[in-house]
Amino acid sequence: MKSNWNDAPGGFHPASAHDFLPKDQLRQIQLQRLQAVVKRAYARQQLFRERMGERGIGPEDLKTLADVSRLPFMVKSDLRDTYPFGLFCSPMEEVVRLHASSGTTGKPIVVAYTQADVEVWSQVMVRSFAAAGVHRRDVIQNAYGYGLFTGGLGAHYGAEALGATVIPISGGNTERQMMVMQDFGVTVICSTPSYFLHLAERAKELKIDFGKLRCGVFGAEPWSDAMRERIQAETGIKAYDIYGLSEIIGPGVGAECFRQDGLHIFEDHFLPEIIDPETGMVLPDGAEGELVLTTLSKQAMPMIRYRTRDITALNPEPCACGRTIRRIRRIGRRSDDMFIIRGVNVFPSQVETGLLKVEGTLPHYQIVLTREKGLDEMEVQVEVTPEVFSDKVRALEDLHQRLETAIEHVIGIRAKVTLVEPQTIARSEGKAKRVIDRRKL
Amino acid sequence: MKLRQLSLFLENQPGKLRGPCEALGKAGIDILAVALADTAHFGILRLVVTDWARAKTVLEGAGTTVKVTEVLPVEVEDRPGGLARVLAAVDEAGLGIEYMYAFAAGARGGKKIVVFRFDEPDRAQTVLQAKGLKVLEEKEALGST
Repeated sequence: MKSNWNDAPGGFHPASAHDFLPKDQLRQIQLQRLQAVVKRAYARQQLFRERMGERGIGPEDLKTLADVSRLPFMVKSDLRDTYPFGLFCSPMEEVVRLHASSGTTGKPIVVAYTQADVEVWSQVMVRSFAAAGVHRRDVIQNAYGYGLFTGGLGAHYGAEALGATVIPISGGNTERQMMVMQDFGVTVICSTPSYFLHLAERAKELKIDFGKLRCGVFGAEPWSDAMRERIQAETGIKAYDIYGLSEIIGPGVGAECFRQDGLHIFEDHFLPEIIDPETGMVLPDGAEGELVLTTLSKQAMPMIRYRTRDITALNPEPCACGRTIRRIRRIGRRSDDMFIIRGVNVFPSQVETGLLKVEGTLPHYQIVLTREKGLDEMEVQVEVTPEVFSDKVRALEDLHQRLETAIEHVIGIRAKVTLVEPQTIARSEGKAKRVIDRRKL
Repeated sequence: MKLRQLSLFLENQPGKLRGPCEALGKAGIDILAVALADTAHFGILRLVVTDWARAKTVLEGAGTTVKVTEVLPVEVEDRPGGLARVLAAVDEAGLGIEYMYAFAAGARGGKKIVVFRFDEPDRAQTVLQAKGLKVLEEKEALGST
């Protein structure tokens, strides 16, 4: 670790010390924390205790890190089933923050933080920024949405803890984003990668450059190396990937270092495993499978073996940056049908809820995702049934409007509804193909 | 019996109009009146045909969404001011017209047929007849060509 981290491009910061621990020391910390968090969840989470009971095991059976594979999984529906506070392990007077994200039934999932949890979150965000070479003299434009979504406040607290200057501009209002970037001497931007591409398109149209902008920390939706190359070639900045999910903590579960070769998981706080999504069996490092995470230090809402549904692989090789913590490959796809658009998690079943509300029965439909000028668009094609069809234009336009409104009401973002003729949406055998993703990631 | 019109849902795309018209042609069903309403997103094709029941079966077999609607065929004098006279009667009675269109053919003794879709077809029929306008029976309208 270098003491002059402020000037080092490699992202050395005092908070990053745990990124560079010898492996055996890291494993020791992980085991101690795992034993403690399992004990805490066993004592305070009824659902976890019941599942441990079904397996005939208790916290005392956790003797090595490998024993984690004996523990039951948690899944997203567990958060819905215990809505709102059923998995909390801290009394409300110790909970200092709640966040929430979309759920399939219209009810969001709720996550909680104690003061210590918020501090851990800030520290892993500091480590994420530091890994990307961001330092305290940087001016960070935080274009993640502020609010119940964890992106905005997560990046904000991390940027402040780093000592950088943070501009809490939130998402939207492209013109203002560009003005602020120019006038405030912004050097780092945080946003979804698709939103940044949108900004880049606008900048090109307006014939303005990005001023002092040096790098972007992009996350909250899947993207690709091809997209990174495009961003870097077109705008001349460095584009870094950051990973996280509200159920675990928010952004800052893992992040890329300046080598841009996989995302380092902050393993002293989040224990990663890769499993076969079909069988649930743990796979060795290097194998592709579903990422499972256990929070090692969370107090308010520990998650033991949470199935992220994200498909990736763990890379145990030491990184050229010197970090010893393992890396995951960039997330390209998921093991369920959930998709992420403009940073929002959407399940087809949510769209169905909206359609059902308007039509009474579920019509044939398909969701088509496209990316135009860097902005993700979601189209819902709905077959017109004789039951809802009318000879009057305004009745059909009204139907169209009500469908759009109902879908927006459930998922929180606007989708374009297109009424299509019957039998035009392909029927596949077995499970219908509900989502066509044409986005070039 | 009021005149029955078929309404078809069409996507607003090139070639979408042709399919149903070809299907009717193959089945030997004649189109007597046609009107197309279009928006940026979709179109509604309204047809009066010689045999609506069979046409509906044929069109549904071709994968089209079809709705049967009752409309009023009103006789209009084929001279300047002819349509305006009918519309004056509609207006005076406070009737709302959803849409209207003319029969493609069928001039008979200086008269034309204009099809009206009213919000209240029953009251419209009574009112127009009371004003001395002729509302045709379905059989008359179909036989008029």
